[in-house]
Amino acid sequence: MFYGTDLTSRLMLGTAQYPSPQVLRDAIAASGAEVITVSLRREGPQGGAFRDILAASGCRILPNTAGCHTAREAITTAHMARELFGTPWIKLEVIGNADTLQPDPFGLVDAARALCADGFQVFPYTTEDLVVAERLIDAGCRVLMPWGAPIGSGQGLRNAPALAALRAHFPDVALVVDAGIGAPSQAALAMEMGYDAVLLNTAVARALDPVAMARAFGQAVAAGRAAHGAGLMPPRDMAAPSTPVFGMANLA
Amino acid sequence: MRIDLNGAPVDTAATTLAALIDERGCDAASVASALNGAFVPRSLRAATPLSDGARVELLMPMQGG
Repeated sequence: MFYGTDLTSRLMLGTAQYPSPQVLRDAIAASGAEVITVSLRREGPQGGAFRDILAASGCRILPNTAGCHTAREAITTAHMARELFGTPWIKLEVIGNADTLQPDPFGLVDAARALCADGFQVFPYTTEDLVVAERLIDAGCRVLMPWGAPIGSGQGLRNAPALAALRAHFPDVALVVDAGIGAPSQAALAMEMGYDAVLLNTAVARALDPVAMARAFGQAVAAGRAAHGAGLMPPRDMAAPSTPVFGMANLA
Repeated sequence: MRIDLNGAPVDTAATTLAALIDERGCDAASVASALNGAFVPRSLRAATPLSDGARVELLMPMQGG
């Protein structure tokens, strides 16, 4: 559950960098995503068409605070987004480093505390750091979005053991891998690990065929989630024959 | 008076934020506003005066990840 909202599809899709508005529209539909992320930027003539795409998608909107480098900027952006989209949901980004786009955990916790107290339902983009995660939960967050790898890098789950530890440590918090996923197999892995959702953008938007890739991600996320629910076998060091040994003929 | 609107200098006769949005031909319901870095809710725009050098941001939905 994401602040009381259940989702059938566990793929959340970004709306940037698509080759055309039509491809964006088709990719959202093919992915099966029920949540799409958007940003706020200075008004211009192209805004109306994008608003129509959002409305036609039927998706729940998760506005972001992308590009904000201080808690103050992010808080102001969150308020503007809440009024514009009529949703308490906010994907909270407070960037600490311009090269890695790594979250600034200090500004992030400050902004999360202020926004949660103000009635926002915060989806914080964070690192896999356990202590930061605890601080975000103390601040009122009920969803955490650790990065898989730097935004747009396509490196996948760069620190899978730490992401697994986060899952084990917070069994009742909705966890979403946000950023860095480049291939459907990486999204499936996050879901197999018990993550509640994945959020990605570039891997779909920059694919040769974004609509086909959106569909592939939707299928991978569904497969990974089903696999986690089915209970994965534990790995073994040695082989174990799957075909019965009993009844084997003596042909030597 | 001269203000800064979305990063560009603008001469305006508007004395309130609501009047500025109207003067620019923006649909008041489809933009969110900030004055000098602070959010101004739609309901307070008419009561929010502008002064020379004010920094106004008018934002709308855009593609994002």
